[in-house]
Amino acid sequence: MRYVEPHAHMVSRTTDDYIKLVQAGCEAVCEPAFWAGFDRSSAKGFFDYFSQLTKYEPARAAKFGLPHFCWICLNPKESEDIKLAEDVLEIMPDFLDSPNCLGVGEIGLNKNSKNELEILERHIDIAAQRDELILVHTPHLEDKLKGTKLIVDAILNQPSIRPERVIIDHVEEHTISIPRDKGFWVGMTLYPESKCTPQRAADMLEVHGTERIWMNSACDWGISNPLAVPEAAFELRRRGQTREMIDKVLYQNPRAFLSQSPKFKL
Amino acid sequence: MNNTDKQKKIDFVELGFMDARCKLIDVAAFLDRTQRAGQTDDYRVRELKKAIACLDGENPDRAKQVLLSLSDTTEKPIAIAPGKGAAGAWEGSGSS
Repeated sequence: MRYVEPHAHMVSRTTDDYIKLVQAGCEAVCEPAFWAGFDRSSAKGFFDYFSQLTKYEPARAAKFGLPHFCWICLNPKESEDIKLAEDVLEIMPDFLDSPNCLGVGEIGLNKNSKNELEILERHIDIAAQRDELILVHTPHLEDKLKGTKLIVDAILNQPSIRPERVIIDHVEEHTISIPRDKGFWVGMTLYPESKCTPQRAADMLEVHGTERIWMNSACDWGISNPLAVPEAAFELRRRGQTREMIDKVLYQNPRAFLSQSPKFKL
Repeated sequence: MNNTDKQKKIDFVELGFMDARCKLIDVAAFLDRTQRAGQTDDYRVRELKKAIACLDGENPDRAKQVLLSLSDTTEKPIAIAPGKGAAGAWEGSGSS
């Protein structure tokens, strides 16, 4: 089985996890910028983090023959501080130019506040000006429904952004149709406690079909499983899904979306 | 037609009943535990009990209805983020 892991926070994982990914059939890993679990005190912290994503992490993955790509942004969890956000937005372009950077992400909302929305719009403007792909984080739990609607509206308000160049991640049963009906791609995140289980992700594929959709582990420093995607493939096989269907969702779909960036090559 | 149309016929009851039974008993035990501890007034417990009512629905969209039941249904951005975390249920639903 071959697959692409389109969303994993490998800076938080051990080298052993790179080995496990490769042994499980992973052919590329993509790492969006995210919150470190604590607030950085200045843009210098982000400079170091973006350097890690664009230089050091690809080198670590390359030791195991695994192509590593990244996305650059300020995560919405740190958008409440407008001054910090502006400082970070200023240093982003140099990193967006990096050979392994696929676009702006994971941007979005967390608690659906006014400042978060303002910084989201600034990110969308940068993506529009540079014609970058966008990867969107939708809020957690009770905030997801409202946040997903606000995010979709904010992106559609920027007419030069084409929905087929945007993936709205972490969808669940109550939000999957909101972006998909507008032409966006969607991602299902497989977490042990929140977001989706492999069983529910398989349900959504059976109900909504396999177009413009992918699955990811979003493994990070929290409770998460870097092998969640191949484990979901196992669930699909238990249900009698064909190898072709599994290959489409796990490999062909992420490759199709990500290949819209000329930097993504397998 | 999507690719799932080629899916083989599967006995989903055989595949998932024991897992669903286990999770249902876990929910029941959680409600017992919080009641014994005098914590049933916590809004999260109240909202969970309201969401359980969605299981009685007739349509095959119970997971969606449970998620909607636990969601913030307002539409405008809030003034300031109160923190970073989420609780899993919305306190402002006016439940009582």
